[in-house]
Amino acid sequence: MNELLIKNGFVYDPLNRINGEIIDIAICDGKIVKEVKNGKSIDASGMVVMPGGVDIHSHIAGAKVNAARLLRPEDHYKDVEPKTALTRSGVGYSIPSTFTTGYRYARMGWTTVMEPAMPPLKAKHTHEELNDTPMVDKGAYPLLGNNWFVLEYLRAKMYDECAAFVAWMMNATKGYAIKLVNPGGLEAWGFGRNVRDIDDPVPNFDITPREIIQGLCKVNQLLNLPHTIHVHINNLGKPGNYVTTLETMKCVENLASDNKPIMHLTHCQFSAFAGEDWRTFKSASDEIAEYVNSHSHVTLDMGQIIFTHTTTMTADGPFQFTLYQITGNKWVNNDVETETSSGIVPFQYKRKNYVHATQWTIGLELALQIKDPWKIFLTTDHPNAGPFTAYPKIIAWLMSRKAREEVMKKINKKTRRKALLSTIDREYSLYEIVISTRAGQAKSLGLKNKGHLGVGADADISIYDLNPNETNLADNPKTIAHAFKNAAYTIKDGEIVVKDGEVVKPVSGRTYWVNMKAESNTLEIEPELKRAFERYYTVKYENYLVPQNFSDHQTPLTVKAKIKL
Amino acid sequence: MILRLRLKEELRVPVDAEPISPDVFAGKSLEEIGALPLWRGNRKILLRDIFELNGASGKVAGEVVIQIDGNLCKVNRIGSAMTDGEIAISGDVGMHLGIEMKGGKITVKGNASSWVGSSMTGGTLEVSQDVGDYIGAPYRGSTKGMRGGTIIVHGNAGTEVGRYMKKGFIRVDGDVGQFVGIHLKKGTLLVGGNADSRAGAFMTGGKLIICGHLESLLPTFSIDGVKSKAKVEGEIIKEPFYLFIGDLAENGRGKLYVSKSKNRHLGNHEKLLQ
Repeated sequence: MNELLIKNGFVYDPLNRINGEIIDIAICDGKIVKEVKNGKSIDASGMVVMPGGVDIHSHIAGAKVNAARLLRPEDHYKDVEPKTALTRSGVGYSIPSTFTTGYRYARMGWTTVMEPAMPPLKAKHTHEELNDTPMVDKGAYPLLGNNWFVLEYLRAKMYDECAAFVAWMMNATKGYAIKLVNPGGLEAWGFGRNVRDIDDPVPNFDITPREIIQGLCKVNQLLNLPHTIHVHINNLGKPGNYVTTLETMKCVENLASDNKPIMHLTHCQFSAFAGEDWRTFKSASDEIAEYVNSHSHVTLDMGQIIFTHTTTMTADGPFQFTLYQITGNKWVNNDVETETSSGIVPFQYKRKNYVHATQWTIGLELALQIKDPWKIFLTTDHPNAGPFTAYPKIIAWLMSRKAREEVMKKINKKTRRKALLSTIDREYSLYEIVISTRAGQAKSLGLKNKGHLGVGADADISIYDLNPNETNLADNPKTIAHAFKNAAYTIKDGEIVVKDGEVVKPVSGRTYWVNMKAESNTLEIEPELKRAFERYYTVKYENYLVPQNFSDHQTPLTVKAKIKL
Repeated sequence: MILRLRLKEELRVPVDAEPISPDVFAGKSLEEIGALPLWRGNRKILLRDIFELNGASGKVAGEVVIQIDGNLCKVNRIGSAMTDGEIAISGDVGMHLGIEMKGGKITVKGNASSWVGSSMTGGTLEVSQDVGDYIGAPYRGSTKGMRGGTIIVHGNAGTEVGRYMKKGFIRVDGDVGQFVGIHLKKGTLLVGGNADSRAGAFMTGGKLIICGHLESLLPTFSIDGVKSKAKVEGEIIKEPFYLFIGDLAENGRGKLYVSKSKNRHLGNHEKLLQ
């Protein structure tokens, strides 16, 4: 029996509607329980206690992350963490090595992180890296929005077969959710083209992005997957793309029922651009916020810009090509056979650049204008808009108008004059921050044991040295940022893993994947898949599958589909 | 006052001597300087373990003069990021001398290894004999090349001299290896001796002058004219030069001056001028 009691802390647990009350939290064998009799205790008086952080979208593992590490020796050069008695050495600022990634997340109090773009063909590589990322629980979303099988099933409107294929895919790649990146556009990119909007047909496939999004949304519902579809829109990063974003959100409106979210629109800062070109570029955050405020079928995450050097990497090959053309930097672009593409370009966000400064305001405007914190989550789309180590800074920006204004003084003048942000007074409360960084994300991911501190939840807890009763947080943004940067305690599965911002016990996290169970197995898609593999793939069907227990700590979540597969 | 450091022993394992810099020494007593930590291989040692110390340091970096004697070819990163003051070295010195230097002066009586003045932004660096590769070049993968200051080499230099240079002046009196002035953006690079092939590859601006023989000219340079002289940092070199513009593969407008008298093999380019 491994027992622990956290005493006298201000507890924030939005899923159980606990807002800063002083409650004791009891832990036994990695789970939260009603009470414990003896065992260790932590005195958290004057500190805040909240569920461990959850990151719904952070590129931490896989082929492109590793390619970026190879591409950027200069990113590692100045950011070195020596080996200690407990932790391994590591390097990297925007693309830290796997072990360092885990340690840095844990130091900030984060305990669950999702890798959002796993090309199915590179699933083994991704899982090997996830296996080497300690301290946090993980999962990975296979990229399915441009997969040939998916496109062919959806063109023929064979939703059940498509669902059977997606179920097979989740099992084959040990994936967690359906990820769509520029649906249809990446297939077109294989022929040097892109799709213009969600009604532009995909070359050679006679299907539109709208049909792909709707189709996979239906499939997601049929399979009863824990997370919604996770969408990176068409036309990402182009001026005027907010129209596409609105269209994308509208196209699944009819599929929603009981006010439940059915789509997650990721890093929406990059999808809320107005204007005709970069010169007339401006924020369209109010249009997006207005729509999201009046609908409940969609959740978003911020993708907040940080003014720093970073490395952009997405599966969106054409977008990365555009970035390469803008910057002239070194770049990588890759075509993953019949599945997706990808690209990497180092990038620097500059305060004095009109576009970058405006992008900085867009992310915050979205987070502040969308009234319901359950609908928009805090991310930086690590490392695309900035490394995840900047989360404490963003928390301070959200909680303190003063902190935002300090940055506003230093950014591009034209942005400062035009930005809607300077007129927004809203400041997040600590309760709302906990929703945005923990509870909301865990809820959206469908992780029932994460993001709250109710009895039965995983004992993933972070404690920060922050006293909301004594300090006026909005006036002291530095205190906020400092507290969130170095967690007083991070507790993972009931064990103290971080104390005062230092790792005191390295642990390896789990890797979640969705194990689909259906009533019977009537749809035989396997022979067809095998034939297609012989014809189109460079690997054998048998070698494609990620075997059970391919890596340690794999944790299948059994999900029952609504249909017979 | 001069602070003298003399190497006590022949080094077999490389030493990372980042603290040997006027900025670190300023305001410290001999005792404190002797206790500065260095890395020898993977072991931490103190400065006084391998150096004999004499003299005194100054109050601010600008007053500090450090004289180092001995065979320092295994001692790396001397004068790292220094902003002022002077370091004078008698003997050969190791890699990364004056890396990211911002000001002050380093002189070497002897040879220096690779990465001399890597990514420097100011100050002067002078080496009396030969240097290794990557003079003034940024760290691998980085595009932040030299952004100011002067490097003068009286001997020969290796490959990729002045990679990604943006500002400043590099003079090599002897010969240089391949890829001299690769990715040159701005600034001036003067080679007194001969240059191996691929000079000025990817250059988009700046001035690269080769007074000796150029092994071969990249096909992505086009001749602009024959000049009777070339101007470098206020001086005038009075001999005829071919002027090439390139690197056209990068839409570059860099100027590559090549001595006419020592490069008869480039004579056929003159026909293109008519």
